Amino acid sequence: MSILIVAEHDNSTLNIATLNSVTAAGVIGGDVHILVAGHGCSGVADQAAAVTGVSKVLLADSASYAHSLAENVASLIAELGASYSHILATSTSNAKNIMPRAAALLDVQAISDISAVVDADTFKRPIYAGNVIATVKSTDSIKVILVRGTAFDACAADGGSASIESVTGDHDAGKSSFVSEEVAKSDRPELTAAEVVISGGRGMGSGENFALLDGIADKLGAAIGASRAAVDAGFVPNDMQVGQTGKIVAPDLYVAVGISGAIQHLAGMKDSKVIVAINKDEEAPIFSVADYGLVADLFVALPELDAAL
Amino acid sequence: MKVLVAVKRVVDYNVKVRPLADGSGVDLANVKMSINPFCEIAVEEAVRLKEKGVATEIVAVTVGAQQSQEQLRTALALGADRAILVSTDETLEPLSIAKCLKAVCDSESPDIILLGKQAIDGDNNQTGQMLAALMGIGQATFASEIVIDSGNASVTREVDGGLQTLTLPLPVMVTADLRLNEPRYASLPNIMKAKKKRLDTSTPEELGVDVTPRVTQVGVELPAERSAGIKVDDVAQLVDKLKNEAKVIS
Repeated sequence: MSILIVAEHDNSTLNIATLNSVTAAGVIGGDVHILVAGHGCSGVADQAAAVTGVSKVLLADSASYAHSLAENVASLIAELGASYSHILATSTSNAKNIMPRAAALLDVQAISDISAVVDADTFKRPIYAGNVIATVKSTDSIKVILVRGTAFDACAADGGSASIESVTGDHDAGKSSFVSEEVAKSDRPELTAAEVVISGGRGMGSGENFALLDGIADKLGAAIGASRAAVDAGFVPNDMQVGQTGKIVAPDLYVAVGISGAIQHLAGMKDSKVIVAINKDEEAPIFSVADYGLVADLFVALPELDAAL
Repeated sequence: MKVLVAVKRVVDYNVKVRPLADGSGVDLANVKMSINPFCEIAVEEAVRLKEKGVATEIVAVTVGAQQSQEQLRTALALGADRAILVSTDETLEPLSIAKCLKAVCDSESPDIILLGKQAIDGDNNQTGQMLAALMGIGQATFASEIVIDSGNASVTREVDGGLQTLTLPLPVMVTADLRLNEPRYASLPNIMKAKKKRLDTSTPEELGVDVTPRVTQVGVELPAERSAGIKVDDVAQLVDKLKNEAKVIS
């Protein structure tokens, strides 16, 4: 068996989310190759070559892959992936955009968001917002798989010495063009990679009140998240959403503030090692998953917590 | 300009589903069914495009059981002009659904194809991308804003860490994310009117689509339960526990 992993990167740095897929590939077993598709991304290929357990890096460096446009990259994956038994990527928004398209081009039913590998054809994945875990078996000759990053530990980013092979040819479909990107600038860690996450819900009352989380997040080195209710209410942008349809996180410490604990939120954070809930409603479902619950008015508790840290 | 919007009948988002006792599947007996929330956002966007004068006709399509007509009627009540049911008793995979939708699109020739980004039953997040691939057209997934101007779509997308804007020539496939709009409620007169709107029925066989499954569900189980911990009295005790018991802060 041979496994192709599609790297997540920004043309300069290999996103560590890729390492979770390398671990999943190790469980499946076989020769592991990494595809780095981008522009001016040879540095990423060098980083990928150093990842433990990787035997070859395929470098596709072209202006048409610069912004990871789905039409171009999916065609590339479909071409290169045809000779592999498995094609994997960690379930980032970029991978969710590209991988199903590549799967359709290969006439393969992709398998989203696997949380465990049973054998080379059989996988577990959460459905219905994580209320149920399904075991699914693929009969496709190529398996196209999105890996839930929080379900597999990252492998070592060094220790490997893979060869790097340049991929010739280009896929410029001309079906979409990049205009602009607004990436929120933050000194805080990325939500899905943070060791501590503090999230606010509808109980925060307004977007301004999210500032109450800032001091605590600074002291804990935490990323700030939000429930879907807080996003729905327009308090904060959608990229902060933790939940079934937002980001899936599993930090060492997750602090839920003013979050009731709807199914769809729990689906995104219940694999955290330690969960703290602060909510004034002692019946809130969030307390049923919290290791430490504090029944309190968040507008009193947050300044106290800030001062106590 | 014609807009085709695909919708899916799913278990209502308020229902907490459970596995059947024998683990063979999910217990769907007597549970409330609704239109998938992201599909509802897609329908709303189609209606807004029509209200802006961009779209002239909205066709709502679903692939599913006969009962899915209810969700098509919901889409018609929200403002779709007519509907197509691709009727099947099987539970189809995203690839098969995308193939059925492609067959419908081949005969309808829409300029804009709207879907929800993901259905909240299978949580696959695949159908739109697959449909765009099969049609060989551009895709803009996870949209938070759509502007149609002189034969092009300008779409702002929710990506990790922020927003990305793309332009794509029509026809285009767009999937709706949460912040694209807030769907309206159907008014009673519109619900009554929707009952008289045209609803055509087809089948995968009539469309010439092979829907043989590639992935079989071996079984389902409950996830590992997380047990509730303790309640602390105050912030001081919380900080103490986190430092000295859980040892997650220093």
